[in-house]
Amino acid sequence: MTTTIDARGLSCPQPVILTLDAIKNGKDKELVVLVDTDTSKENVMRAAASQGYRVEAVAPEADGYRIAIAKD
Amino acid sequence: MQGKNILATRWGIIGVGAVIGVLAAVLQKLGNPGNMGICVACFERDIAGALGLHRAAVVQYMRPEIIGFVLGSMIAAYIFKEFRPRVGSAPIVRFVLGAFAMIGALVFLGCPWRAVLRLAGGDGNAILGLLGLTFGIWIGTLFLKNGYTLGRTQATHTTVGWMLPLIMLGFLALTLVFPQVVGQDQSGVLLYSAKGPGAMHAPLLVALIVGLGIGFLAQRSRFCTMGAIRDTVLFGQTHLLSGFISLLVFAFLTNLLLGQFKPGFSDQPVAHTMHIWNFAGMALAGLAFALAGGCPGRQLFLSGEGDGDAAVFVLGMIVGAGFAHNFGLASSPAGVGPHGIAAVVVGFLMCLFIGFSMRRKVA
Repeated sequence: MTTTIDARGLSCPQPVILTLDAIKNGKDKELVVLVDTDTSKENVMRAAASQGYRVEAVAPEADGYRIAIAKD
Repeated sequence: MQGKNILATRWGIIGVGAVIGVLAAVLQKLGNPGNMGICVACFERDIAGALGLHRAAVVQYMRPEIIGFVLGSMIAAYIFKEFRPRVGSAPIVRFVLGAFAMIGALVFLGCPWRAVLRLAGGDGNAILGLLGLTFGIWIGTLFLKNGYTLGRTQATHTTVGWMLPLIMLGFLALTLVFPQVVGQDQSGVLLYSAKGPGAMHAPLLVALIVGLGIGFLAQRSRFCTMGAIRDTVLFGQTHLLSGFISLLVFAFLTNLLLGQFKPGFSDQPVAHTMHIWNFAGMALAGLAFALAGGCPGRQLFLSGEGDGDAAVFVLGMIVGAGFAHNFGLASSPAGVGPHGIAAVVVGFLMCLFIGFSMRRKVA
């Protein structure tokens, strides 16, 4: 199962904190993060990369972006 | 315009920091006050003075740099389709945080931008300020780790995102309608300083263009001085820090070239040597910036891309500057104001209250 993190509308650095928490706590190798700004998108992608995750897909949505990250 | 945002890369943010550092030193050469080529807090304080929200005669000037920061960011946000009007994440709390951030900054006499510019100009007192800033941000990171949040914003009408940019356009219009008259302290409705830091400024058009340019670049690069320290402390992430350090290095080099580097602690421009209060004032500001999610510059850039809550923080800072001077909270080169210490204590209590009481339920 893929965990989805809804970080839309949250100020810096909460999207990154939520993403890192999910990476640390979760057993899932795949995560989906929803964000509403380009800044959050870049920050989450940078944080994911720092944890050895790769960005599978970034899909623009009506109210932001859907970022899928995964680790082998 | 999609695709890679070059300015948001490591070299991008280092480049933006370098540009800001050089331009700040040049603005000082062109007339801005000592070690104050750019200071978001001081300049917003000067704007409060120009509007008569306080009557400290030496710090009254409608600073075009601030107007440029907001409008430059807005232009970038529109060009790159990042203008997203949003609001509703505890705006009144952000207003209060802005006011106390300003009060703390005026006890030190500068925002984080000016703290590094002071260091780049040789002012040793800035070291205490930067240590205090780091301490305050560190407290903020403890709250963030424990689930501190101001809640979510919501998408809203474009009009909401336009409010602060329109206010800034209004300020610009006032400046053009009521330009400074040499030697006079008033022109129409606007107040000016006949002497003191408020009387020292680069030419209006130059300051405005530099402000627009920096606003544009900072919106693209997400430049944030508080985030620089916060991300390093919280995540060991030095992305934003590299931009902040780049600003310091390039401002220092430019100061050396222009003969503006004068090392020492005493007799530094618009500074005092009360180490504890330089530390504590900036610690309060740092905590307030951390709780609000951005340094004072970043709040201006966020306002430009439609963030109505950041705009409320900006207005909180401007009103806070009014209180700071009306109540004798702001420092001067002679030292802290008569009630500055009390204000720092009250500010800390308020920030701690906000930090402890506003938490998401940790699952």
